[in-house]
Amino acid sequence: MAVIRDVMASFELLQPASIADAQKLLQQHGEDAWVMAGGMDTFDWLKDRIRKPKVVVDLSGIEELKGIRTSSDGIEIGATTTLTEVVKHPVIREKYSLLVEAAEVVASPQIRNQGTIGGNVSQDARCWYYRAGWPCYRAGGNICYADTPTGRNREHAILHAERCVAVNPSDSAPALIALDAKFVLRTPRGERIVDAEDYFIGPDIDITRLHILKPGDLLTAIRIPSAWAGSRFYFEKIRDRNVWDFPLLNVASAMQVSGTTIDRIRIAVNGAAARPLRLRAVEDAVRGKPATAATGEMAGKLAVQGAIPLQFNAYKIPLMRNLVKRAIGGVEEARWAS
Amino acid sequence: MADRQELRLLGDTPKAVSRRRFIQGVIAGGAAVSSAAYLFRSSAVHGAGDTGGRLITLNVNGQRRRADVMKQETLAWTLRYKLGLTGTKLGCDRGECGACTVLLDDVPHYSCSVLTHTVRDQKVLTIEGLANPDGTLHPIQQGIIDEQGFQCAFCMSGFIMASVGFLKTTPNPTRSELAHGISGNLCRCQDYDKILTSLMRGAENMREVNHVDVG
Repeated sequence: MAVIRDVMASFELLQPASIADAQKLLQQHGEDAWVMAGGMDTFDWLKDRIRKPKVVVDLSGIEELKGIRTSSDGIEIGATTTLTEVVKHPVIREKYSLLVEAAEVVASPQIRNQGTIGGNVSQDARCWYYRAGWPCYRAGGNICYADTPTGRNREHAILHAERCVAVNPSDSAPALIALDAKFVLRTPRGERIVDAEDYFIGPDIDITRLHILKPGDLLTAIRIPSAWAGSRFYFEKIRDRNVWDFPLLNVASAMQVSGTTIDRIRIAVNGAAARPLRLRAVEDAVRGKPATAATGEMAGKLAVQGAIPLQFNAYKIPLMRNLVKRAIGGVEEARWAS
Repeated sequence: MADRQELRLLGDTPKAVSRRRFIQGVIAGGAAVSSAAYLFRSSAVHGAGDTGGRLITLNVNGQRRRADVMKQETLAWTLRYKLGLTGTKLGCDRGECGACTVLLDDVPHYSCSVLTHTVRDQKVLTIEGLANPDGTLHPIQQGIIDEQGFQCAFCMSGFIMASVGFLKTTPNPTRSELAHGISGNLCRCQDYDKILTSLMRGAENMREVNHVDVG
């Protein structure tokens, strides 16, 4: 898409001060409304004029959506808390460092200063055909431009693709799934709380959305229970360059071990499918086994069962296998630390 | 010598303008008009149809500045084309290069990716607001001059603002910590090593001078 050095097409900017006001505005404007938190996903769509909402509802002025609250059962992170605030929070650093590791490698410092945790889990797919405004399945059309013999699909899905082969680009999503987080939604019918893994949906459920939010719904907070606080965590993100890039693949796991035996584990990967995948089969297979490279090897092979590569992304299969292996068996190599 | 040249130019009467100089003048005038065209483009594109403009007050570099701002206008656009603060550069206009970095309440942001209307309550600090009112440069700016940190320097104001913001929370960084802190800025001259050296020198200056911030 050519870069248009111009201001965006005009829209009405509404800046509610409470969740209730925001909901009223969203109901009033229906599908004409665009919800904006940090705006890091929004502006590309608007500047390229692929999306032209009449009304933009800016959530940044809503105090109820901000901030991190701690209690004995865990923590609650307001949806418009920035990723930098998440990374710097002392309790999250101490007890839920998995989320710190994931949020710290999102995009760039300035984007983390503005991008929100709610936005990071709710952002749209990065498939460039879709982003460039091509009339693909996800955009409501009847073709996938990426899943063709010459389509550029190096970054696309290896699992659970159906018509659309785009992947979920979030780094914090698999970490939140591994921590068994709950997402608090405000819908026109009231509050609803869902498990992190159920917040995300694949093309088999709705091909035009990556999450369950319908027009009028808002994600208001993310709760992390204390059950996994201070567990043995592992997060790794693979990308082409160390700043800005979305993950080619990432893995997040929380593990509780006694001696070397794995008692409990939750593990998720993202960048492999249209939704971050919780690897339940792996969790079941490694429970009660020693946290060693051999167990990791077995788990990695199990994780990629059923994977179907596209023309240019077969590398993701061994990559995912090895990430799962490392998450369980650990790594000896030095990791990038800057 | 520059002064004398200027005097001579001022002393030129219209009669003294040679044919050659006249043609040069016409060319320069044309170039000036076309290079200023971007200033008028927003009104040309959005002219009659745009009703989103609204007079708002911004806090920029410690001053209250009034501007007529469209709802969809980005902060970078307002700073450059409404307030004349062209030290903030627009590189990619997509949050991918960092040239437009400014501080909002002391935190670095890409001003190309902020709607001006959303920062009415925040303190905006741009490169123009860094030096002391008496003209003394900010220690980071001095560090860059001392170490000759940049080549073309288009990315410089972004790098400076990103590092000033980073140093507010991490005043004593290692070289790699500083590199991580300014990793949201690109330099097409690939001058990163010299940039880092000069910013490290600037950080050192800051600790020595104990500079009183105007922002």
